[in-house]
Amino acid sequence: MNAPTTPIGPPMWLLAEVTYRCPLHCVFCYNPVDFARHTDELSTDDWLRVLREGRELGAVQCGFSGGEPLLRDDLEVLIAEARRLGYYTNLITSGVGLTEARLDAFKAAGLDHIQLSFQDSSKEINDFLTHTRTFELKQRVGEMIKARGWPMVMNVVIHRLNIEHIGRIIEMADALGAEYLELANAQYYSWALLNRDQLMPSREQLRRAEAVTDEWKARLAERMRILFVVPDYHEGKPKKCMNGWGNVFLTVTPDGTALPCHTARMLPGLDFPNVQEHSLRHIWFESEGFNHYRGTGWMKEPCASCEDKEKDYGGCRCQAYLLAADPDAADPVCPKSPHHEHVAAALEQADTAAPSTKPLIFRDPRESRRLCGEG
Amino acid sequence: MDGTPRLGHGFRFQWEPAQSCHVLLYPEGMIRLNRSAGEILARCDGSRDIAAIVAELEQAFTSPGLRPEVEAFVAMAVGKRWLRLDPPTP
Repeated sequence: MNAPTTPIGPPMWLLAEVTYRCPLHCVFCYNPVDFARHTDELSTDDWLRVLREGRELGAVQCGFSGGEPLLRDDLEVLIAEARRLGYYTNLITSGVGLTEARLDAFKAAGLDHIQLSFQDSSKEINDFLTHTRTFELKQRVGEMIKARGWPMVMNVVIHRLNIEHIGRIIEMADALGAEYLELANAQYYSWALLNRDQLMPSREQLRRAEAVTDEWKARLAERMRILFVVPDYHEGKPKKCMNGWGNVFLTVTPDGTALPCHTARMLPGLDFPNVQEHSLRHIWFESEGFNHYRGTGWMKEPCASCEDKEKDYGGCRCQAYLLAADPDAADPVCPKSPHHEHVAAALEQADTAAPSTKPLIFRDPRESRRLCGEG
Repeated sequence: MDGTPRLGHGFRFQWEPAQSCHVLLYPEGMIRLNRSAGEILARCDGSRDIAAIVAELEQAFTSPGLRPEVEAFVAMAVGKRWLRLDPPTP
């Protein structure tokens, strides 16, 4: 057990993943590939207690996500309690199924912010770009959001199948009145890793997309903030994942498992606590799952002697596990990693290979059961 | 500089016991404020113009000549969209 040497501060974020149910089938979904094995959901009372305990710990931002959080009938009850407790409340939704009446209920509950996400694969983006069903849905939802005085915040996941249209995506977001636009390149965990060959852009595609985005940033500076998030593989250096393990984020999954990061459930050998058995205070400060990768004591070489170890904390543990089969290893996106060849090979393939003809694997319960050998 | 500052769209200002400071919350983020920023922002609620904010602060802290500091802060905060500045009513 690697006890942290520096004092542990409060979490800033409580991310409530209230359900894994979802009407969409995104090929880059970050929910666990085996989500269909975790069908239990916390009760309303459990969530209300989690919200109270998180706020007592000092968390200020509360996110409601999923899956599609709108599928929880008690969402407005949870939002109202979160807002009453003093959280800044964020709803992360595709907008599918959102009605005027539901939005009125969220407004009455005091919801602070809605992030409207593009969740589906290329089909949704194509619909959007060609002004068909998806564009109309987002336009309708966008107007309902703005009419109630919320800022209009959009998130679009960028990948090989839509990156060439990035200028058009920005233009359409502007037409919808977006004030913030996050262009988040897919990161290759979970479902996106299964589909990496089809989803990963070439370095040239990424460079062009950034240049186009920069032009639009300059043009729209007065009315839209644009954030472009580069994939780890292309970044060339590891990120300070989750701003440090157990440092800022506390995720609670639909069945009550508490995680330092929303994908950490995949890591082997770690026992993550459940909010039905432990208080959030115990989970945050005392649990093995949260303490294990805090600080730098757990590191092996090349991280242990690296001058940047306090800057990036060795990068992402899930990426280390997925690419190096060792969650204690340096994140293989780091050029110093002995496993960096996996990342270099994936980039090389994205640059040179013919378009992949492998079929995309869509996130749905049947695929999930098949992939974990139960289907 | 003249006009009436109010919080920008989507921002919320509150005292945070766990941080022992005022904070500004916005979609997915938080800014910790030092004492003087907190005192100024607490008065940027759309009901006071800059002259009134300066007068209140000068009285509360028995410290004259605060106008340049308040104006510099409001200009910075408007630039970052923490604040909107309603024009003075004619």
